[in-house]
Amino acid sequence: MKRAIANTLREVSFYGAVAFFVVLTAFPFYWMLITSLKSNPDLYNVTNIPFWFNEAPTLEHFEYLFEQTQFARWLLNSLIIGLCVVVITLLAALPAGYSLARMTGRTGEALGIGIFLTYLVPPTLLFLPLSRIVASLGLQNSMWSLVLVYPTFTIPFCTWLLMGFFKAMPVEIEEAAIVDGCSLFGAFVRMVLPLSLPAILTAVIFTFTLTLQEFVYALTFISSSAQKPITLGVATDLVRGDIFFWGEIMAGALIASIPVAIAYNLFLDRFISGITGGAVK
Amino acid sequence: MVEIVEPIATKPASRFRFLLDQRSVLGAVLVTPAILYVLLLVGVPFLLALYYSVSAYTIYDPSWRFVGLANFRQIIHNPAFLETLGNTFLFTFASQLLGLILGKFGALLLLRPFPGRKLVRAIIILPWAVPIALASVAWEWMFDSLYSVINWTMIALGIIDRSQAPNWLGNPHLAMLCVIVVNAWRFFPFAIVIFLAGITAVPQDIIDAATVDGAGFWRRNYQIIMPMILPIVAIGLIFGIVFTFTDLSVVYLLTNGGPIGATSVLGFQGFQVGIVSGDVSHGAAISLFMLPVLFVVVIAMLRFIRRREI
Repeated sequence: MKRAIANTLREVSFYGAVAFFVVLTAFPFYWMLITSLKSNPDLYNVTNIPFWFNEAPTLEHFEYLFEQTQFARWLLNSLIIGLCVVVITLLAALPAGYSLARMTGRTGEALGIGIFLTYLVPPTLLFLPLSRIVASLGLQNSMWSLVLVYPTFTIPFCTWLLMGFFKAMPVEIEEAAIVDGCSLFGAFVRMVLPLSLPAILTAVIFTFTLTLQEFVYALTFISSSAQKPITLGVATDLVRGDIFFWGEIMAGALIASIPVAIAYNLFLDRFISGITGGAVK
Repeated sequence: MVEIVEPIATKPASRFRFLLDQRSVLGAVLVTPAILYVLLLVGVPFLLALYYSVSAYTIYDPSWRFVGLANFRQIIHNPAFLETLGNTFLFTFASQLLGLILGKFGALLLLRPFPGRKLVRAIIILPWAVPIALASVAWEWMFDSLYSVINWTMIALGIIDRSQAPNWLGNPHLAMLCVIVVNAWRFFPFAIVIFLAGITAVPQDIIDAATVDGAGFWRRNYQIIMPMILPIVAIGLIFGIVFTFTDLSVVYLLTNGGPIGATSVLGFQGFQVGIVSGDVSHGAAISLFMLPVLFVVVIAMLRFIRRREI
């Protein structure tokens, strides 16, 4: 009997702790959702219970967002920036990762670590000189400046990620191709790349999410509304004077968060093994 | 549709073809674009930042006049800057500590199988996955001076009275607490994932052997598992430190450095001086105060990467 009580207590405290964590992490997102669906009189009435609808839920904030603000434009900007950065990153990181994994031996190892360390150089150290460089290229206040600058952290990250993947791939595949008459480069393009599609997909997803998450460079380089990516637009552009449009801001934040959240959950394990450089075997 | 494979025509071999069939040459060619990109847009700006910090460069007067360490001297003698420096260390240390504690605790919970664990894990990842700028805005709304849901709950529970409801982002100490909590909230899922990855990689037979030898829960945890997962935890912590120490977005969006500089951190200060005020040289000098910490961190990182290879 005593034992049963102790067991129940332990179970209750375990699930209580789990519930604490779930509430802690999920509440801000629940708050985004409920705020974005509430009507303004409901939102700005302190006597209402804030956790649920006191008046009928409404889509007016979403409508306002798409019709009265540049939200759709920001979505499009983010998409364009993301796609361009993905292309640049793959073009540079795929060959680099392969070369560092297979062709450059000990120097390659050191070079790989060197490239990865540049991922740790923070934007707040580089944004001043980069903003001058961007200005001298005539790209200030244009989203193309972000296309130019974002690969500085996506290339190191993806090179490292792909290097780990290529190292784990059996060498025999390329050797067989070379014996069959492929050139070295041919073996890479025709044999290795098609077999690396899962790794390439991971690199694409993470490059894209990294561009969506970035805030500092976007804030530094871009001030005109039509050129902003979605994260910057939602966070800084939905304030009119001193008035925050909370319903619209939360609706925008929610829409922009969902794809990133899904992508992370699908590719989390690969991200971790990439970031820890295969410390987990 | 049947396609007939064309017979491979023997192309006239280009003169340099044989070069590309050498491992070292092709290797160098393949790695060059990435290295060039990084050198041009990380290496060059870094050198530029070094030079700006010892020049009199501003947006309005882009002169390259060399002024030596004058910028640094002026900055150090500014009490507001010293406060910023202190804030940065407090912000980094407190949020990483809180994040690590929450992370370790959360990882212990998620190690045990229970129904719905996958879903719980997916939810717990959210703060780290979602762009921090957007999450910060949600927190700003939760800390709102008038409509704060936190205050509403405390008033409803009778903990405080409406008249004494705290103004979270308006009080210097509370504002610091807020940015620390939001940053810890953002990083602890990452810590959980790192801990989990490390713990699940510890071979079960080692744990079993320890159990047979009479090691209890705490002993297993702190004398067997912790030392074994230390390298991977260290790598995770290094990422956390670098990204927190140099952060700008949480502070910028939540408090804008205020009230009266109480939450100003290095990254934010560099942005204010260098971009907003256009005083590039002083801004660069402020940002460079991050370098010593980054150096220490990079050296630590290199050591842990080496240790992993042994």
